Amino acid sequence: MSISMLLSMAASASADRVALGRKADGITFSSLERDANAGATLLREDAAGSVAFIGQNSPLLPTLLFASAAAGLPLAPLNYRLPGEVLRGLLDRLDAPVVIADSRYVEIAQSTGHRVISAEEWLSAVRRTEPVPGPEADPGSAAVLLFTSGTTADPKCVVLRHSHLLSYVLGTVEFASAEEHDRALISVPPYHVAGIGSALTNVYAGRGMVYLPDFDPATWLELVRSERVTGAMVVPTMLARVVEHLDGAQADCPALASLAYGGARMPLPVLEQALRAFPETGFANAYGLTETSSTIAVLGPEDHRKAIESDDPALRARLGSAGQVVPGIETQIRAKDGSVLGPGATGELWVRGEQVSGEYRGTGSVLDADGWFPTRDLAYLDEDGYLFLGGRNDDTIIRGGENIAPAEVEDALLTHPAVAETAVVGVPDDEWGQRLVAVVVLREGARAEVAELRAHVRGLLRGSRTPDEVVFRDELPYTPTGKIIRRRLVAWLSAAAEN
Amino acid sequence: MSTEAVGLRAGLRLKSQVCATEVIVVRPGTRPLSLCCGGVQMLGREASGPAGVTPVAERMRGSLLGKRYTHPEDDAVEVLVTVSGEGTLSDGETDLVLKEAKPLPASD
Repeated sequence: MSISMLLSMAASASADRVALGRKADGITFSSLERDANAGATLLREDAAGSVAFIGQNSPLLPTLLFASAAAGLPLAPLNYRLPGEVLRGLLDRLDAPVVIADSRYVEIAQSTGHRVISAEEWLSAVRRTEPVPGPEADPGSAAVLLFTSGTTADPKCVVLRHSHLLSYVLGTVEFASAEEHDRALISVPPYHVAGIGSALTNVYAGRGMVYLPDFDPATWLELVRSERVTGAMVVPTMLARVVEHLDGAQADCPALASLAYGGARMPLPVLEQALRAFPETGFANAYGLTETSSTIAVLGPEDHRKAIESDDPALRARLGSAGQVVPGIETQIRAKDGSVLGPGATGELWVRGEQVSGEYRGTGSVLDADGWFPTRDLAYLDEDGYLFLGGRNDDTIIRGGENIAPAEVEDALLTHPAVAETAVVGVPDDEWGQRLVAVVVLREGARAEVAELRAHVRGLLRGSRTPDEVVFRDELPYTPTGKIIRRRLVAWLSAAAEN
Repeated sequence: MSTEAVGLRAGLRLKSQVCATEVIVVRPGTRPLSLCCGGVQMLGREASGPAGVTPVAERMRGSLLGKRYTHPEDDAVEVLVTVSGEGTLSDGETDLVLKEAKPLPASD
């Protein structure tokens, strides 16, 4: 069984329902299936070894994803903002790739020396081609290749096989569960695992997708209202911008039944403001990694509601949790010596399940002998199986022998009205080992003094968690998937200290 | 008509001999089963069976596309219908039952 089966089932159940694009001119599920099969015919004739995609999320993405699957070729969506030399390096790591590129990226794609077909050209060829059936892809073959941005210099290429993706979709989605009027708004890029996951889960659910490739908060809100979007997924920085744009006003998106967020840590103050701005919307936190075929833990709407309405600090605290793991996923919290810890104890989170790949092109699998995958995230599980993430193992700052989690200090700073974004890092210090430096981006037009911000944090947390320094910047460095690049800040701060 | 209890494995694809029904085993359960459709043993999807097999009339109540079926005595069995048809899914004489859907919130 391959991911192609997801589309053939969807086309069977919802042939004439709009799958992609707006109500007025959308592509139906049966047309998507036809296009995918015609696309596969073209790809087989082309004799490429793999398919690379340089472009934004749009109706082309699911078409290309299912076409590649039907042709038995892996699809590698690449970050379209990368410079030519970097793209060339990534393409060189693939097997005989053919590159499909959005027209605005054709030139940079061609500069890599690889074979490029423009998206328009490919789609019009697809529409002119008669689909010829071919053999179904092997469940063990690679369906998607995703380069992680991660914390290491050279991106690793995660191999997601049909079996992993199927396990994820079948384990978390009920077939044809969407109603005719349901609409998902896709604003995450295709090179983010959620960009691929959403194409698969929405097709299997029979849910139509509309796209917003160039995110800006005003347009996002407008589209959610005009297309009567019923479900959307955003990364934390997008939600922060929507909340900032609303500036205390209600979002007024009556059709938006659910809003999922994930990809990076959601600062608590942002979430609390969002819950107030979207009072009728069900919020869901999704935690997952590229290596685990996306979501492995969900904190659902009920948990969000219970937490926000509760006086019980334990229930309230759940707002900061990643929720409970999805069916099919097992967890272990391991100490540094590898021993498995009980509830309440913090260690590294390891996970196991059929949707977990843990495999990289070139370096192979990092699963241990029993199939467990190390997430490199610090975490603990409470008595009821709620997962609390403590930031990456390497983010913890050790100042004067005390362990400090940047998240706690960052959340405290974010409650100050002048602070828009912040990252707290540890910089080498002769006296303390590491000192705490807060890098702050102020809201437009806002002002704040260093002393004021330090006093603000001291008022909320213990003295030792007060930043030793506060540095102001216009922006913070983020990975393409919205995680703060802490090592870059540390390097910049260390260099500045030396001068 | 003879039916044989066989240990299933996850990923196994089976088809009905008497209707269009096709299934995939999502979870095999804890013991061997005689997976039948329309009262007749199901075959591997790629296998070819004899022509003109007659279904058992009382076992043609239909299977639903995309639904999961489980065994009333073993909820570790999970079979997903990938092509719907007229036959009823059973383990020999024991009809499989619809597995209750416990949908998760959409996360991507």
